[in-house]
This record gives sequence, structure tokens and C-alpha cells, in this order.
Amino acid sequence: MKQDHYADVGLFPGKSTALGVLGFILFLVSLPLYLPEYNFYLLNLMIAHVIIVVGLNILAGGTGQISLGHAGFFAIGAYGTVLLMQKLGIPFIPALVLAGFIAAFFGFVVGLPALKLEGPYLSIATLAFGLAITHIIGHVDIFGGRTGIQAPPLDLGIPQWGLSYVLSSDVQKYWLFLVVALLMAAGARNIMKTRVGRSFKAIRDSNVAAGVMGINLPAYKTLAFAVSAFYAGIAGGLFGFVLGFFNPEPFNLVLSITFLIMAVVGGLSSIAGSVAGAALITYLQFSLLKNIDEIPYFGTLLTSISERWFTDEGLHNIDSIVLGIIMVIIIIFEPSGLYGVWLRIKGYVQKTPRDTHKAGEV
Amino acid sequence: MKALLKLSGIETWHGSICALKHVSLEVFQGQIAVLLGPNGAGKTTVLKTVMRSLYDQKRAQPEKGSIEFEGKRIDRLKTGEIVRRGIGCVPEGREIFPELTVRENILMGAYTRRGGKDIRADIETVYRYFPILRERKDRQAGYLSGGEQQLLAIARALMGRPKLLMLDEPSLGLSPMMTREIFEIIRSINLQEGMTVLVIEQNANIALQYAHYVFLLENGRVVHAGKPEVMKRDKRVREAYLGSSDNSSP
Repeated sequence: MKQDHYADVGLFPGKSTALGVLGFILFLVSLPLYLPEYNFYLLNLMIAHVIIVVGLNILAGGTGQISLGHAGFFAIGAYGTVLLMQKLGIPFIPALVLAGFIAAFFGFVVGLPALKLEGPYLSIATLAFGLAITHIIGHVDIFGGRTGIQAPPLDLGIPQWGLSYVLSSDVQKYWLFLVVALLMAAGARNIMKTRVGRSFKAIRDSNVAAGVMGINLPAYKTLAFAVSAFYAGIAGGLFGFVLGFFNPEPFNLVLSITFLIMAVVGGLSSIAGSVAGAALITYLQFSLLKNIDEIPYFGTLLTSISERWFTDEGLHNIDSIVLGIIMVIIIIFEPSGLYGVWLRIKGYVQKTPRDTHKAGEV
Repeated sequence: MKALLKLSGIETWHGSICALKHVSLEVFQGQIAVLLGPNGAGKTTVLKTVMRSLYDQKRAQPEKGSIEFEGKRIDRLKTGEIVRRGIGCVPEGREIFPELTVRENILMGAYTRRGGKDIRADIETVYRYFPILRERKDRQAGYLSGGEQQLLAIARALMGRPKLLMLDEPSLGLSPMMTREIFEIIRSINLQEGMTVLVIEQNANIALQYAHYVFLLENGRVVHAGKPEVMKRDKRVREAYLGSSDNSSP
């Protein structure tokens, strides 16, 4: 049990959690020692997704507003970073942060309808934004139109001053991404555990009471959107460099929904859950389900079932089916997602008496 | 006696419906005032008009009339500023934050204040008034019983150190015992802290017992105002709210 307020607002609730997080970070840092290089494309993708889902969770889990337009902020981040570097010659780090702020500005603008709209109507407004933004990008030459644009070399230094430190391999990018992700996660944790986060949750729990406590509802509702969009922008900036070359195509509605699935599967309003959800769904989508027909026997079985009863095109749609099923199962059996599963396991362990004699004495 | 809160000629509209028609009332410093009235009389609207937390944010202000708090007009201020001036509010149906812990709920009440030391001292003070909340402080507020939630909502409002505490139907959905307990606490806060209280109630019996002054609201109009002893003797009040026939002796 948490004993006082300062243990609660501290970065980690207790020593064991701090050790757990430290262990997890060490594990992530040590990965390049024993994991083959080709895995790091997937890991980098996971990290980009983790960042955006953590941000989405500040909005969805914090203030309870559901956004179907996060792919739009993601696109702004990706395009913003690359264009700021290419056209204005801004070094990578400032370009990334600047793109994050541009996304945050758009988040603020999209958040304005949130003052009037609630629930599904708000989601539809964000949906419209997400759809519009890719169309705009696709029709403007400077953005590369439908063909897309090429990301410049990822240079951490300032090329104009002759300082250059180019990250070329996926492993090198992984280090950078990991640092960014850790900073963003720590930031999210701080936001959610202090005054601002409490206000977000208060607004979600009761609009009226939050208002009469003196919380400025319009300011906080738009702030939540802006913060969430900032995370999406940063994630998008990294995502652009994972792909290297991209066009507006991947930033579609399905991507927005996939982000939501990641957030829900991980568990709304839990940062650890967001990490787990984003990593799991990314792994399923880009690795396991993509290559499922290569699994001996099982893959062949699925392919033959598909060809016999459904389509002769093979299994390329199976990820939508599996993600849909996972979503349904999660909502029915564990609405708080992977985080809820973890809490349950923890509960069982804690309730199991370790020493029956001692338990008897008490 | 000095009026802490003064509404003069207030008119509030819900769309095309006139919910409050020229409402004037004064809540005196250090008293417990009760606003009594049947469903749909506009009791909650009075509170919402004062707090400016009507559904329509832009029009959440009276169309006509003025509201004065400590002699200064507050009817054009934002809700946050009104809270800072010293009005605390326990909204109808409690509206606690179910997924925050009890302690976090109480902290939310101090939202408009700065200074951790004072706030921590005040948390101790509200725990003294509501010992049950100390026991439950790390629980999610949604798991509290209805009565405990009502206590939490009052504790939360006290954290803003209000000069005027407004409660909207604190007896809603509570047993007669619990209702009495809540009113006892309201009375002790009034006595010990000298806090002015405005209670909105339907339960006339208990309200008349604890009030220093009573306003009777019907169809958006204040139809009666006076001391509870006078109100109790009033024939119409007794018929409508106390359920006794007019020939029984008071």
C-alpha cells in the first residue's frame, strides 16, 4: 500500500517497481549484444508505436476522449521532421522537437471541437481530421505528393558546422529511439501522477465536479489533445526514419484504429500497459501474422482452409481478423487489458500465504 | 446582518425555458441557509447560476440581474475565479471522481490553491471531521458507499477553504440516519469554522431543523423566505412539505 503522497507522485511507486523498471531498461540496452541485426527494424517500429500509444493513452485513458485521427498527427510528425531537415537545414533533434510542437498545435486545433462535442461525435471530428490530412499531403508537391519523400541520413550532429554523426544501421537508430522513448515515458508518468494528470482524470470522471473545483475545462481539454499530439508527432518523426522512404498511404484510418487497439489491449491509463500493448500488436502485425503461412503444418493448414472456404489470395488479411478477435476477447474478459492481467497475477501472488505458520499467528 | 451572497433579480434561461424568474435572495454571513422546493422548481439552477457551470458554457450566466459575493459582483467571472473567491460546491448526486483514490479526490478540492504545507494541514483537518475517509484514503472513490461518497464530496469542497459552502441535495439517496449525520456535520462545520452554508433540499423536515433561514422556491420564483419557526407554522408549507394536516397543532 502506498503510504504517503510523495511515494505516490514519485517517479516509481516503490523500490521493487524501480528495480523492475531498471531491469527492463538494462534488458533493452543489452539487446544488441545477442539479437541479430535484422530484428532491429521491428524493434524500432515498436518503439515508435510505443511512444504514440503512450501519448494516445494520456488522451484516451486520461481525459477519456477517443481520437480516431492520431495517424494524422503521426504523419505531421514524420513529414514535419523530414521537411524541416531537408528544406530548412535544421539538425535532426531540433527538427524532431519542432515537428512535435507543430503536431501539438494541430492537436490543440482539433481539440477545440472537444469543448462542444462529446463521445462518438468528438471521435468523428478527429476522424475527419485524420482523413483530411493525408489527402492534403498527397496533393501538395512539397510533401512529395502520392509518390512520397526520402528521409535524409539521420545525422545527430550539426552538418553545417562540420559536426556529423550519422546513424546508419538499425542498431544505432535503436539506441537513439530507446533514449527518446524512455524520456517520453518518464514525462508521461510525471504528467499523469501530478496536478495536470489528476485534473485530466477528474474531467473524465465528472465534468461537472471538475468544473466546480475550479478546473478550467476548455484549457485542460485542449491541453490533453495538444500533449497527446506532441507524442504522436515525436513518434511520427522517428517512424519516418524507420521507413526511410514513405508516402501518405500508411497514415490511414486503419493505422489510427490500430493505435487505439494497442492502447486498449495494453490497458487504458497505464503506461506499462501501453508499452506492452504497442509491442505485442506490432510484433503480431509485422512479424508473426505476416509470416504465419511459413509455420510448418499450422500455416499450411490455415492456407488450405483459406483457399478452400474464403479466398485464393492466401492469408494476407489474417492480421485484421486476429486483431479483431483479440479486441473482442480483451473487451469481454479483461477491459483493463494486459495491465489488468498483470494486476491479477500480482494479486494472486500477494494473496498466496508464503509461510503458513506465520499466517496462522496473525 | 451582512449578506455574504446576494442574488438580485436573477433570470436564467435553459434554451427557451425561463428556469429562474426574478430570483432574489440573500445568504447571511455565518448562517445555514436552506433553499427548499419541489422538483423542477429551479433549486439546482440557482446553484449552477452562481457557479456559472450551466451546460452551455458561453451562456452560463444569468440573463438579467446580478450576483454579489462579499459585496463584489461575480456573475461575469469564470468558474475557477469564483472558486478562488471562496465559494465551494458539492454538486447534485455527489459527482466524486470514481477512479481517483479518496486522497486524490480530496487533493482535487485544493486545485485552486498553492502551497503544499497548508494543503497537507487541511487534509488532516478534513480527516478529523471525516475519520472514515482516513481509513479509506487509498481506495478508489467509486467503491465507497453512498454516504461515504457524500462525505467525500463535502470534504473535497472544504479543501478549497471556502467562505461559502453550497450543497446540492446532500440527502439524495441516503438513509434517514445518514442524512441526519450529514446535517450534524454541516452544523458542526458551521459552528466551529464559522462557515456560511447554503443547502438545497427537498427533505423539508430535516432542513427546517438545521436551518437558520429558509427560502422556498416554486416554479423559478422565491415564494417565501423566513426563519424556520415561521415557516413551520405556515399553512401552505406544512401542507406541501411537512405532510401534516392544517388543524393539527404545531
